[in-house]
Amino acid sequence: MALQLDARPPATPAPRTPRPSWARLSRIDAKYSPYLYIAPFFLVFAVFGAWPLAYTLWVSLHDWDLLGSNRTFVGADNYTRLLADADFWHSVVNTLGIFVISTVPQLLAALWLANLLNRQLRLRTGWRMAVLVPNVTSTAAVAIVFGVLFGREFGMINWLLDLVGVDAIGWKSNRFASWVAISTMVDWRWTGYNALIFLAAMQAIPRDLYEAAAIDGANRARQFWSVTVPLLKPTIIFCVIISTIGGLQLFTEPRLFHSGTNAIRGGPMRESQTLTMYMFENAFAPYYNFGYGSAVAWLLFALIAIVAAINVLIIRRLGAGARPDTGGRKGGSR
Amino acid sequence: MGTFPRHRLAAVALAAVGALLVTSGCGGGDDAADGQITLTVDVFGQFGYDELYRQYENDNPGVKIVERGTGGNLDEYSPKLTQWLAAGKGAGDVVAIEEGLMVEYKANPDNFVNLLDHGAAELKANFLEWKWNQGLTADGSKLIGLGTDVGGMAMCYRTDLFEKAGLPTDREEVSKLWPTWQDYIATGEKFKAANTGASFLDAATNTFNTIVLQTAGNAQGYHYYDTSDNLVVDSNPAVKQAWDTTMAIIGAGLSGKYGSWSEEWVSAFKQAKFATIACPAWMTGVIEGNAGPEAKGKWDIARVPGNGGNWGGSHLAVPRQSKHQEEAIKLAKFLTSPQGHIGAFKAKGPLPSSPQALDDPAITEATNPYFSNAPVGTIFGEGAKTLKPVYMGPKNQAVRTEVENAVRTVELGQRNPDQGWQDAIANAKKAAAK
Repeated sequence: MALQLDARPPATPAPRTPRPSWARLSRIDAKYSPYLYIAPFFLVFAVFGAWPLAYTLWVSLHDWDLLGSNRTFVGADNYTRLLADADFWHSVVNTLGIFVISTVPQLLAALWLANLLNRQLRLRTGWRMAVLVPNVTSTAAVAIVFGVLFGREFGMINWLLDLVGVDAIGWKSNRFASWVAISTMVDWRWTGYNALIFLAAMQAIPRDLYEAAAIDGANRARQFWSVTVPLLKPTIIFCVIISTIGGLQLFTEPRLFHSGTNAIRGGPMRESQTLTMYMFENAFAPYYNFGYGSAVAWLLFALIAIVAAINVLIIRRLGAGARPDTGGRKGGSR
Repeated sequence: MGTFPRHRLAAVALAAVGALLVTSGCGGGDDAADGQITLTVDVFGQFGYDELYRQYENDNPGVKIVERGTGGNLDEYSPKLTQWLAAGKGAGDVVAIEEGLMVEYKANPDNFVNLLDHGAAELKANFLEWKWNQGLTADGSKLIGLGTDVGGMAMCYRTDLFEKAGLPTDREEVSKLWPTWQDYIATGEKFKAANTGASFLDAATNTFNTIVLQTAGNAQGYHYYDTSDNLVVDSNPAVKQAWDTTMAIIGAGLSGKYGSWSEEWVSAFKQAKFATIACPAWMTGVIEGNAGPEAKGKWDIARVPGNGGNWGGSHLAVPRQSKHQEEAIKLAKFLTSPQGHIGAFKAKGPLPSSPQALDDPAITEATNPYFSNAPVGTIFGEGAKTLKPVYMGPKNQAVRTEVENAVRTVELGQRNPDQGWQDAIANAKKAAAK
């Protein structure tokens, strides 16, 4: 703010002629130094964000063997091949499937948890910290432990199922079962994190809204759906977008869920191979086809953009439907 | 902020940006100034070099050797090595290359030092001829790797489970149980009928690889690719024959279906859940590591069904990006010398690819206490010199992955043998074209 005010100094017809250069310096400073202050971010972004993006695009237009020295320009060839590649679409379906069955229950559970934590509880801080504990464990450790829990023959889940008379499930070689198993570990890790974000937003909702709702005869559930949820809309959109980006890039969990030879396939028939795993399989072992892998990366980028846009539209629609109840009061209470 | 001289702030910001550029641009020197150099050796699994390193360090003051990747999986090692080579930075001074991947690295020989330029030619007699040739580029002008071990082939089995099933436990008698793979299946059926609670073998994929390498070695000497690098998965009778034998093994219900190298596979070792496993010499170290000390003396080694065969074996190469090429070459030569081969064998069991080492009493008289004092030197050494190698084509690893994966889908009951075979061919072709 202060800099902007200074940027148009009316003092140019300087009466103090002895130091004209100083005035000019000061003007240049005022005009350009803000750019300098924000430069570090953009430099870091250029080096670690924009440049890799552009380079990946460049690579994706080539027949680029990771080790080979002759790289021929092939235009959009990698993309046309990819769009006709059944394994690619298989991994897209896997990614979306795992995304949906992990994100939807996760955000609902987080909302519910946040609502519980927002009440008057004994040891409130303790509970709030507890829900975040899974998030501080390393993803790799979580994935390996869950991988063992979901083992076909030595896994604890199948042992428990056996106790209640259910046949052993091939968690790693059944497509839907592997999606569920992987979603479980994603949810285990991220539900608490989202709950805390929701909780923070809930605490910013003024108490008098609830008091007013209570006087109007709204019960707890009604208060939740008509007051809390609509006011959380921006936060929900934030969580949905973050979950979308994370969910569609899912790699560590499904990769380490499988072990042994060729785990990058995500099961013998690619049951839970996500897009990022498919990208890795092509760009690195066993194919080392860097161009093709880069094309996968760009299509993943496109997919995330599309899904995020759809998400925002849906949430907007939902939010718009719920708003009229509280819209008038919201303005007044602030 | 208003009172602070803004030009000074600007200068600070400029300095910060400058510093950022400098730090992000600079790498790091790694050697201490005292003349000590550190050589890094990248391996996977167990190469058994620890003793040899100490010996080399004593004989060459000023050299320190660090090994990375010990005990690791080849599946994880090989992409890392490729990335290091592609990036021109990060690889060790000496790196191990497995034979199935050698072809891919040989296709771009400039990533490695040509050892023929460094007097390696005179070492030719130290290696079995085919092993030497594996390290040579197609035109014979460049040598990128010196041979370490060969696989050899045997069948490891658990004597306690065999006893429980009423089968003989003596290694000579066990060898007589299965002159052919059909006999192996028949023995497996007897074992299965005895209901020991364990499977007869670990996973059909390992067994398939063993059979296909053996069948191909005994026939035309190639499996997935012919020697002109044409993909022949669908037309090579050796591959189909191995496939059919493996399907018979699966059909008889002998496999424990423990995906090889998975956590389950390791657990199955620990809990004695299978009785036999096809074992090249290097596998003995893996078995000992997985089954643990409590299974010592419960394993033994018999002849492999069928006739001989080879699975695995590696080379040592020196990447051109190494900063200490001369020293690295010297170390690689030492580790692949006949004494190097013997030292590694004594430590972890990889079978020498050096004829001198194979004739050495240290090998011929060697026994392995973990495997009930089996005479591993003669069991593996016998076949090694007459071993018929199998040619590996350009995308060998990717194609092998697809075919073994098809075996796995049949083993898990996801596909029937015919569908599996169709998958194997279609996916292998796709993989070869990528």
